[in-house]
Amino acid sequence: MIEFVGVTKAFDGQRVVDDLTLEVRRGELLVLLGRSGSGKSTLLRLVNRLLEPDRGELRFAGRAVREFAPEALRRRIGYVIQGVGLFPHWSVARNVGTVPRLLGWPRERIEARAAELLALLGLDPATFGGRYPHELSGGQQQRVGVARALAAGPEALLMDEPFGALDPLTRADLQAELLRLQRASGQTVVFVTHDVDEALRLATRIVLIDAGRIVQQGTPAELLARPVNEQVAQFVGGGEAGLRLLALERVAGAMRAAPAARTTPLPTPPASTMAAPRAPDAPALAPRSWPAISPDATLRDALALCVARQVDRLQVVDAQQRVLGTLHAADLFGRRR
Amino acid sequence: MTTSRAPSHLPHPARVANPVLALLMLLALAAATGLGFVALAPNRLLEGQPVPLWRLAGTLPAPLLVAAAACAALLLAAAFAPRGRPASAAAAASRMPAASRMPRRQVVVAAAAAALLALMLALAGDAAARLVREALTPLARVSLGAGFWVIVLALVLALADALQRLRLGAAARVAASAAALLPALGVAASGALGELSLAREYANRPDVFWQAFAAHLEIVAAALLPTLAIGWPLGAAAFHSERVARPLLAALGVVQTVPALALFGLLIAPLAALGLPGVGRLPALIALVMYSLLPVVQSTAAGLAQVPAAPVEAAAAMGMTPRQVFWQVRVALALPLLVAGLRVCTVQAIGLAVLAALIGAGGLGALVFQGLFGTAMDLVLLGVLPVVALALVADAALRLVAAGLAPIAP
Repeated sequence: MIEFVGVTKAFDGQRVVDDLTLEVRRGELLVLLGRSGSGKSTLLRLVNRLLEPDRGELRFAGRAVREFAPEALRRRIGYVIQGVGLFPHWSVARNVGTVPRLLGWPRERIEARAAELLALLGLDPATFGGRYPHELSGGQQQRVGVARALAAGPEALLMDEPFGALDPLTRADLQAELLRLQRASGQTVVFVTHDVDEALRLATRIVLIDAGRIVQQGTPAELLARPVNEQVAQFVGGGEAGLRLLALERVAGAMRAAPAARTTPLPTPPASTMAAPRAPDAPALAPRSWPAISPDATLRDALALCVARQVDRLQVVDAQQRVLGTLHAADLFGRRR
Repeated sequence: MTTSRAPSHLPHPARVANPVLALLMLLALAAATGLGFVALAPNRLLEGQPVPLWRLAGTLPAPLLVAAAACAALLLAAAFAPRGRPASAAAAASRMPAASRMPRRQVVVAAAAAALLALMLALAGDAAARLVREALTPLARVSLGAGFWVIVLALVLALADALQRLRLGAAARVAASAAALLPALGVAASGALGELSLAREYANRPDVFWQAFAAHLEIVAAALLPTLAIGWPLGAAAFHSERVARPLLAALGVVQTVPALALFGLLIAPLAALGLPGVGRLPALIALVMYSLLPVVQSTAAGLAQVPAAPVEAAAAMGMTPRQVFWQVRVALALPLLVAGLRVCTVQAIGLAVLAALIGAGGLGALVFQGLFGTAMDLVLLGVLPVVALALVADAALRLVAAGLAPIAP
């Protein structure tokens, strides 16, 4: 989909991108991960010709990008930036319709598309379509920013630290939203971040960049489990590589499933026993009241719950209070053998 | 009213509820007692003798005087009385947020000031009619005295201060100002001012006045069109290139420092060399355009430059052409500042156009200079007052436009 072939870019004699070769494949969510100043944002801006390389070639959809008119290229590639960059003098709906309007779509189709995308991003079109950007929260603005970038069905989506300015809860919401959208649609995304947890959570593939070169690339699990050197281990693992590995997997994949007959509604235990941490000297819990956990929770959440509640197994319970199985703490270890 | 009227008797200056209003009201009181309210002259060219308000008091209609005194007392009370209410009301008021109590006081001040303004006009008109009737000659003229003008100034400032404190939006502010001036305009329109010298000057030659008025508007409009046609592109060029901006703004700055009369003089020679007349409309318009360019060019360059980088970059990244980025994003976001520049240069041009009369361009300046050369001060006023009114109206109108263009929080 997007190829970098021996690309070099320097600013004031300083090589920000250094003879870099990389292919972004259709349908993947590729995260360019690196410290500030590692050249990852420059890479994005080379793709849609906001910058031109000093040497090497970029290809988009099989053709060299310099063969495209910059405007035509950019209308086929969505772009989301940290500052959001919504047009403050246009309504939300008009913002979302920017690229379709540039492409000359008929008006009804633009309006329908804007409404569709706002709904997709969890914003009610009737409520938000007519508002102006300054009337929205930071998280809502970035949702509109993502909707605008997706409006014309771009073949690739470039995201430059899009959630960097948001508070942690809003950021987690938007990450979950992006994950859901991308996995469902197979949208090709190139996502730039310096946040390791964000990269591990979102990526199908991570490319670790330092000083304009690729240091290592692979799936999140590969980077965590087999870092090429101590620096990578330090940057990606940061002393909690094991926990981050657990965070990559869901409870549903590690539990011991209950026989189908036993997936019956669980009598709801009293709220007090659910909430209060058990005193260390209290008698062991009866088997039927192991703490409950959702099948969608990560194994890291499960471990945290085991430690907090001083138990070695959890009951996996879905949103309808049906028992799906049990998760044994021992299964969290030795799974990779 | 137990509160003393003299602030020096108060134990603490902090007890004066509204020092601005207090100062203005004391000023107005001093002017009402110490200065001539109107001036009586044997004819329109001689200087008048001041007639203070207290000498008129016996002859003026009692209802007007009582109403004026009531308004003045209200304003003084608002200026000096502490915020509290009589005991029971104060208890209730203390439970309300301060914001909901303060505006009511400002509304009272604004209303009282507006009413008093109209009453002052009515009193002056009535005094004029009386004095002219009692005068020995039908040529006698009664003009507005220094005391009247000081009172009016104090009241207008009090009104502006009260409206400011109400923290209205741009549109509400303009509407409130207009509403506050309605009573005064009503008095003027009723014909009650007919015997004032100012009105007599108008009645002598209404056609000349309206011609001058129309000519003034024509001059301003004819100067603004080329100013914008040249100034906006120059401003955009200054924004795009530092190499253009520096000499351009320096040159326009120099023009701005040349006194208007000197500029008219300086234009005569080059125009003559081109075979064009050195006096009349054309040189006046050229001079006005030269003066008006600086605010337009400066605000255009600054307005385009202050547009935040994020939407501009996003626009380019969405695939807008450079031309689309410029017009749909940069210019659109700079519009409030472009209108602000237009406002400054319009108000400036309305004032400067008075001077254009000196080189035979006509306009309200013609009345002003006729009055000055003939020492008929009321003719000067007849020229100046509409200029002030035009400037205020243009300012308010363009402020409204700018506010309407900016649904964007900073």
